[in-house]
Amino acid sequence: MKKLSKKIIEEHGLTEKEFSLIKNILNRDPNLLELGIFSVMWSEHCSYKSTKKWLKTLPTRGRRIICGPGENAGIIDIGDNDAIVFKMESHNHPSFIEPYQGAATGVGGIMRDVFTMGARPIANLNSLRFGSPKHSKTKHLLSGVVKGIGDYGNCVGIPTVGGECSFHESYNNNILVNAMCVGLVKKDKIFYSTAKGNGNPIIYVGSKTGRDGIHGATMASAEFDETSNENRPQVQVGDPFMEKLLLESCQELMKENAIIAIQDMGAAGLTSSSFEMASKGSCGVKLFLERVPCREENMTPYEMMLSETQERMLMIVKPSKVKLTLNIFKKWGLEAVEIGLITNTGNMEMFFKNKLVGNLPIKPLADSSPEYDRPSVKPKLKKKKRNYKNLSIEEALIKIISSPNHSSKAWVYNQYDRSVMCDTILSSEQGDAAVVRVHNSNKAISITCDCNPVFCKSNPLLGASIGVAESWRNLIASGAEPIAITDNLNFGNPEKKEIMYQIKQSIKGIKIACEALNYPVVSGNVSLYNETKKKSIFPTPVIGGVGLIKNINHAKGFKMNEGDKIYLVGESSGHLELSEYNMMCNNFEGYPPSLNLKKELKNGLFVQKFIQKYNNVVSGCHDISEGGIILALAELAISNKKGLKIQSKKSLKELKKWLFCEDQSRYLLIIKSDEEIVRYAKIKKIKIKKIANVVGESFTVTNRFDIPVKKLINYNNKWFKKFLDK
Amino acid sequence: MSKRVVSIIVFPGSNCDRDLEIAVRNHMNVKTEYIWHNETNLKNKEMIFIPGGFSFGDYLRSGALATKSPAIKEVIRLSKKGVPIIGICNGFQILTECNLLEGSLIDNYNQLFICKECFLRVENSESMFSSNLNKSVVKFPIAHAQGNFYTSKDDLKRLEDNNQVIFRYSSEKGRVSKISNPNGSLNNIAGIINKEKNVLGLMPHPERAVDSLNDRDGIKFFNGLKNFI
Repeated sequence: MKKLSKKIIEEHGLTEKEFSLIKNILNRDPNLLELGIFSVMWSEHCSYKSTKKWLKTLPTRGRRIICGPGENAGIIDIGDNDAIVFKMESHNHPSFIEPYQGAATGVGGIMRDVFTMGARPIANLNSLRFGSPKHSKTKHLLSGVVKGIGDYGNCVGIPTVGGECSFHESYNNNILVNAMCVGLVKKDKIFYSTAKGNGNPIIYVGSKTGRDGIHGATMASAEFDETSNENRPQVQVGDPFMEKLLLESCQELMKENAIIAIQDMGAAGLTSSSFEMASKGSCGVKLFLERVPCREENMTPYEMMLSETQERMLMIVKPSKVKLTLNIFKKWGLEAVEIGLITNTGNMEMFFKNKLVGNLPIKPLADSSPEYDRPSVKPKLKKKKRNYKNLSIEEALIKIISSPNHSSKAWVYNQYDRSVMCDTILSSEQGDAAVVRVHNSNKAISITCDCNPVFCKSNPLLGASIGVAESWRNLIASGAEPIAITDNLNFGNPEKKEIMYQIKQSIKGIKIACEALNYPVVSGNVSLYNETKKKSIFPTPVIGGVGLIKNINHAKGFKMNEGDKIYLVGESSGHLELSEYNMMCNNFEGYPPSLNLKKELKNGLFVQKFIQKYNNVVSGCHDISEGGIILALAELAISNKKGLKIQSKKSLKELKKWLFCEDQSRYLLIIKSDEEIVRYAKIKKIKIKKIANVVGESFTVTNRFDIPVKKLINYNNKWFKKFLDK
Repeated sequence: MSKRVVSIIVFPGSNCDRDLEIAVRNHMNVKTEYIWHNETNLKNKEMIFIPGGFSFGDYLRSGALATKSPAIKEVIRLSKKGVPIIGICNGFQILTECNLLEGSLIDNYNQLFICKECFLRVENSESMFSSNLNKSVVKFPIAHAQGNFYTSKDDLKRLEDNNQVIFRYSSEKGRVSKISNPNGSLNNIAGIINKEKNVLGLMPHPERAVDSLNDRDGIKFFNGLKNFI
C-alpha cells in the first residue's frame, strides 16, 4: 500500500497528532478511503471537538423532554400523545459561496433531520445575518438566500412562518444562514437512528450519489480566504421535489412497522449516517459500494462515502419487509437499493466489486474522536473615538424604523408560503413568536429565533443569556408556556484564544439562563471558523425556542383595538449603552443591559398567568427588546394601522432614556379594561404602569411630538424596496 | 352527510391536497376521494378538484408535466361531458396547460414567489362556482411564483365579453387597480371559467380561508358548490 503523503493528510484537515492517533487505533496506516472517513468524522462539523467539553455542561433534561441532544433532533412532549421534534442547523459557508443553493439545501437538511424521526414538519423558521448593505455582495446574497429558503420550503409545502433577518458589517464576508424546522409526531411513533439486528438489511433511498459536496463537512470547518470561490463544486444542489417524495414515502413506510432505524445522509453523507447508526447500536456494518446508485460514471468508493448529495436517506429495515419497503418507494418513483447489512463485528467493512477496500473499527473511531480544551483569553475591546450625535426622539424613532434592521421585512416574508397546511395562526410579523396549531386540535405551539450579536460581542456570557431570556419572553408574550430550545452557535476560529473565550462564555451564558428559566436545550448545532481573511464574525449564538399554548384562544400577537390601553410590565432603569438609540447616534460603546433572571421569571410568569386567567381582556402582547418601549409601541401602531397616545410626565432627558432604553424583562400588555390587571399586579407584587392608549390615527408622545401612523408606515416600508431596486 | 363523492387528484409534488380535502369535506358536506395521478378510471364523476402544489416539481413549466398523467386525460374526457372541474393554484396552471382553460400563468411581474392575503372582487355570480358569493369582495390568500395571467388581446376580449372572468384582484372595497394587482395579471384576473362554464381555475386558495381562526370567506365558496353536485 502506498504511504499517504504529509500533504494529503494536511489537505484532509487532520493534524499530525490526530494522524498518529488514527494509526494507533488501526495499528497500521489508513488508506486514502479510510483517511477521508476519519477526516470527516473528526472534522469540527461532525465531532464538535472544540466545543464538546462545554456543550456537555448544558441542561438537557426536564419534565417534557423526550429526547435531548445526540439524535437527529430534539423531542418534547406536548401532551395527548403528541410530541414536537425540532432542531436548528447552519448552512453558512455554502450560502456565502452559492446563496440560493446553500440556503435551499440548509432548509432541506434540517427538514430531513425532523422527518427522519417520524415527524411531519409543520413549520420552518430561519435566522439570517448579512453584511452591511453597503457591502458589494450583500444584495446578491440577500436575494439568493431568501429565494433559496422560500423555493425549497414552498415546494415541499411546509410553511415558513418566521425568523429574523439583520445586517451587520461583521458578516460582510461570512453570512449566517441558520434554518430551523419543527415537526409533529405521535409519541409512540417516534423513529430513532440506533442500528440493531445482525443480518438486517441497509436500504439506501433517494437521489443518486454524485460528486457534489465532497468534503463539505471539512469545508465548514476551515476559514475562508480569497480562493473560496474555488469551493463552489463543494456546494450541494437541492431538489425540493425529491425531498417531498422522500417525506411522503417515508411517512407511508413509517406506518408499516418495517423500519428499525433511520437517518438522513446529511453532512459527510453515507459515512456519517452509517457510522452514527452503527455506533449507537454497537454493531458492525458491511457495505457493498458498487450497489450505491451513482449519478456519474466511474465514481470511486472514496467519492461515494464522502459525497454530500442531498435528499438521500439510509435505513435499516426488517428483512421480512424489504419487498414492501421497495414497493412503497417505487410507487413514489424513488430509487431504493439494499446496499449492505448489519453485522456483529463492530467494524465498518466496505466492499467494492468483491474487494475489501476499507475496514474500520466503529466504536473507537466514534469514541476516541478528539476533544479539545482549547486555551482562551478575554479579548480586549477596542475603544474607538467617535463623534456622537444627539438625536431628538422623533428623529431617532424615524431613523430606527427606516433602518435595514427594523424596516418592514415584507419583501422577505412575502416570498415564504406561510399559509400552506392551514394551521398558521400567527407568522412572526404578526407577533413576538410564530404560532402554529397542532393539526386537528385546540392547542398550538409557539416558535421563535433570537440572538443579539452586538450584546454578545461586548459580553458573550450576558449576551447569550439575554438571547435565551428574549426567546423565553417572546414565547410568553405569544401566550405560550416555554418548553425547550435548540441552539445554533456561530463563532470564528476556535484555535484563537479570544474566540474560544467567546465560545466558552456564550455556552455558560446559555446554561445559566436555561437553568434559571427551566428551559433546557434539546438539540443544536455548532458552526465555527466563520472567518474570512482572519476577521471573525460577531459571536452569534442563536436560540430557537418552542413553547406550548394549551388553549388556542390564548395565542397573542400584536393585535390592538381602538380604546385599548397599553400597560408596561417590568422596570426601566434607562440603560442606553448598545441600544438602537445609541447606535443611531454613532455610539457603539459600552455593555449590554443587566439581566436579573429571577425578575425575568417573575415578570414572565405574571404575564403568562394573566393571559390564561383574563384572556378575554387581553387584545395582544409585545415584549420590549431592541429599540426599547418606543419601537415596541411604533411596531404595534404600524402593524395595526392605528394611532397611539403615549403619556408621561418625565422631563425631556428622562423621557428619551425611558423610551429608548433596552432594559430586560419587560412587556407591553394591550388590554381592554384596567380593573383586572391593576388588581392582579397588586396581588402578584408586579410593577406595572399604564403608558399609552389606542386612539386615532396618530402616534403621539405626550406633548412632545405627533406623527401620522401612515407616515410611520411609509418610513417602515421604504428601505427594502429601495435597496433591492437599486 | 351526502352520499356524493368529490374527487381530488393527487400528483407527486401536490401539497395542498390535504388542506383542500378538509375544506371540501367540512364545507360541502360530501365524501372525498384522493385519485393518484396514474389512475385511469375515476369511479366518481360528480366533481373533480385539482389541488395546489408543485406537481412533478413544476419542472419544465408549472403544471406542464402533470398534463401527461393518465388521470388528467380522464379529467379532459369528463370535462367534455360537463363534469364540474376546479383547479386551484397549480391546478389552474395544469388546466391552462392542458387547454381546458384559456391563457397561461407566467412568472409574477417581480419574478418572485408571493404569499399574501388578497381581496378578490367576484365578477360574475351567475356561474355555479360563484353564485353563493353574489357580487361581493372575498379575501383568499395567494401563494405562487407563476400566477401572472396572460393571453392574447383577442382572447382576453373574448374572455371578458363572455363573462368568463370570475375573480379579479381588488382592494377591500372592490376597486380594481394596479395597486391591488399582486402579480401583474392582465385585467387583474385571478380566476376564470371555460366557455361551457363547467371548468374553473383560480390562483388564490379558498381552502386556506375556512377557519374560525383566520378568514372565513372560503366557507361561502365551498358551501356554494354543494348545489351543483
